[in-house]
Amino acid sequence: MIGEDIVDLSRLQFGLTALYHFLFVPLTLGLALLLAIMESVYVMTGKEVYKDMTRFWGKLFGINFAMGVTTGITLEFQFGTNWSYYSHYVGDIFGPILASEGLMSFFLESTFVGLFFFGWDRMSRVQHLSVTWLLALGTNTSALWILIANAWMQHPVGTEFNYETLRMELTSFADVFFNPVAQVKFVHTVAAGYVTGAMFVLGISSWYLLKGRDKGFARRSFSIAAAFGLASVLSVIVLGDESGYTDGEVQKVKLAAIEAAWETEKPPAAFTVVGFPDQERQETRYALRIPYVLGLIATRSIDEEVKGLKELRESSLAHIRSGQIAYGALERIRAGDASAAVKADFEAHKADLGFALLLAKYTEGIAGAGEDLVQKAATDTIPGVAPLFWTFRIMVASGFAMLFIFVMAFYYCAKRVADHKRWLLKLAVWSIPLPWIAAETGWFVAEYGRQPWTISGVLPTHLSTSSLSAGDLWFSIAGFAFFYTALLVIELYLMLKYVKLGPSSLHTGRYHFERPAAALSSSAA
Amino acid sequence: MFDYETMRVIWWVITGAVATGFVLTVGFDFGIGALLPFVGRNDVERRVVINTIGPTWDGNQVWLILLGGAIFAVWPAVYATLFSGLYIAMLLVLYALFFRPVGFDYRSKLESPRWRNAWDWGLFIGGAVPPVLMGVLVGNLLVGLPFHLDGSLRTFYDGSFFGLLMPFPLLCGVIGLLACVFHGAVYLSCRTEGAIEQRARRIAAIGGVVLVVLIVLAAAWVILGIPRPEILTMAGSGAPSNPMAKTVDFSGSWLANFQAHPRMFVAPALALLGVPAAAALAGAGRAAAAFAASAVGIGGLLWTVGFGLFPFMLISTTDPRSSLTIWDASASHRNLQWSLAITLVFLPIVLLYTQWAYRVIWGKVTAADIAKGEHTLY
Repeated sequence: MIGEDIVDLSRLQFGLTALYHFLFVPLTLGLALLLAIMESVYVMTGKEVYKDMTRFWGKLFGINFAMGVTTGITLEFQFGTNWSYYSHYVGDIFGPILASEGLMSFFLESTFVGLFFFGWDRMSRVQHLSVTWLLALGTNTSALWILIANAWMQHPVGTEFNYETLRMELTSFADVFFNPVAQVKFVHTVAAGYVTGAMFVLGISSWYLLKGRDKGFARRSFSIAAAFGLASVLSVIVLGDESGYTDGEVQKVKLAAIEAAWETEKPPAAFTVVGFPDQERQETRYALRIPYVLGLIATRSIDEEVKGLKELRESSLAHIRSGQIAYGALERIRAGDASAAVKADFEAHKADLGFALLLAKYTEGIAGAGEDLVQKAATDTIPGVAPLFWTFRIMVASGFAMLFIFVMAFYYCAKRVADHKRWLLKLAVWSIPLPWIAAETGWFVAEYGRQPWTISGVLPTHLSTSSLSAGDLWFSIAGFAFFYTALLVIELYLMLKYVKLGPSSLHTGRYHFERPAAALSSSAA
Repeated sequence: MFDYETMRVIWWVITGAVATGFVLTVGFDFGIGALLPFVGRNDVERRVVINTIGPTWDGNQVWLILLGGAIFAVWPAVYATLFSGLYIAMLLVLYALFFRPVGFDYRSKLESPRWRNAWDWGLFIGGAVPPVLMGVLVGNLLVGLPFHLDGSLRTFYDGSFFGLLMPFPLLCGVIGLLACVFHGAVYLSCRTEGAIEQRARRIAAIGGVVLVVLIVLAAAWVILGIPRPEILTMAGSGAPSNPMAKTVDFSGSWLANFQAHPRMFVAPALALLGVPAAAALAGAGRAAAAFAASAVGIGGLLWTVGFGLFPFMLISTTDPRSSLTIWDASASHRNLQWSLAITLVFLPIVLLYTQWAYRVIWGKVTAADIAKGEHTLY
């Protein structure tokens, strides 16, 4: 049995390094596309200011991109270093998805990011524009593959357990690729990236407008960010709702935990806006509830019910008992019993094998585990409700706050008065952190909500780790803490420095800090 | 498509090809990183050196990512055992790699000489530490690693980080670093002029000679001093992947594969001819030919190791039957077919745009370029 401390430290390390990596990913996704849009405008209109915009926001993109690359390698290493049983158990499916990401996306973005920065004078305008679009394509398809991989962990399709190799094996690549959860998650996540890019450009442009610097440059950046951001934030919210719908289909436990739905209600179920979920007593205190809304979101009907956590725990009990039969049959097959009856037993119950593995946390005798352990394992299938309940609400609130900002920004842009609305400009500056808060809490909901599984219903987290010592893990966690803290300080320092320099960092001689004040105001438009 | 046995061999070849792509591209980036503080004597010279690889190092590094991904996808048991077993070593490689993306991008964004000098040493660490540790790793692949699998095929490592640092693997670590430095110096002589080119040529000429001597020494050490495992019985080369279904002892010979298939001798021959040829050509100032010869030589070295090990991927010294071979550590047949289809479609596309990218940025990087691109170049 793997020690609890190893499992906890491995989870801590993976959680921290993945969340840290995702500080940089959404900005890469969003800015890459914004750069492609700005450069398209440059190529179509021939106005130099759009080239300057592409190059200036490109500099900030580069500072961020370097951190994305640095912290991304960690994740590929980490499945092997820290989750080796996971890698053995599901590598047959998970591995090809990651390898496809390398082959189709990383090569594309990494090759063209070099040409984006160094190719301005070495190719035609249209060639360079193509490079920028291919860079954006690379970053976006990379997100596609990662979300296919993640969706498979949430909703494992197209695979089955092979008792000869003792692992999950691929039965249909198409099922894995076209996993409905993957499609929804992909659009939700890249759109969240676009919102991040848009909020970043909108906030920084607002700061220039507030300072009265480089107004023509800032106003154009602001407009593009406002329009792009509005379209993106609407996609995020619509696809987030779509996510709620697919969750209702395939991850009922996560949905019920997010909503702190302890009981199965008479449909359509009420939505709990706020309250204090109490895991021990299985109830939510001081709940403020809106009738019907949850049923409508989760089932898109008024007569289907949303299953409550108590009922879902009961159904886990049945899965665990069925899984014990599969596990017992597997043990007999491995011991050399090739009789048809045993194999039939295994085939009939193997879909629940993963539930039996939940018992491995408590006993080596999984097949014969008694009722008390089965009850414990069933309780384990319910993740911590309060953390999910709250992080989900923080994510949604951040999303709606940004919707408000982008609606206002777009409206005032259309009326051409945005630079006079100082309250909006200030709000945009202070709201720069919002997309990161939303993205990080969103991932927390997705991943913490999948517990106690790494692969839903297939492989429990506590079996997935490597056979390491606590000393190994403390060494690596200390290393990550040291490097990641130092790198973040350096990155933020450079980012702030270049934001303050603004487009004058391009040394074109056309911007603030580069010319006398009188000339600045006359050409500000 | 092909039967399971054939697919396993095909994937062994593709994995070797990806490893070759990694060593031949990231190899010179590592080497140039390791040489940076020494061949660049002032800020402009160092910027010249960095900008010979500035636009392409990131694309190159994807060969490393792809190699990791291919092993995960096609040899999941190898990925699980290698990465978790060599935990500390893998993390040290990872931490060293951290210095590269930020080092390249951030170094010249501030004027301060202290800032730039610090990043130069960061790039040195990022260029020198990984090839040493990867060389040590290859040495340990030949010696074998202390690991075993249990009944559920969970992998356990029975050794420690310092156990990896035995004399023969350390020699391989030196070879790893020297091969990258040599390859990097040859590349640098293609892309620079004047003093830097002269220094690079000299390093290549001397480094190549030392490298050949060390390779011959290591080869003799392997053949005479390291036991070679041999599969006694196994389930079959087309059977489902389960390493525990075989028996292994250490009665084999490193030359057996070469004697059975004499064409394999091409690989060591290329290594022993290519490296000195590259050294001579670099010394004579024929940089492009030198680079081709260096690539052939280092590629030959890599395939020599592969042919010697075949069909073994990871040798276990503590529980020989837990050793992983291409017959019992592969992904499923369906996976291999899908992965092959994807590779056959996308790898040619990658090669196509990669060579286009190199064509666009090709040429000597000079001090005048740095002056002109003061605010845009690395």
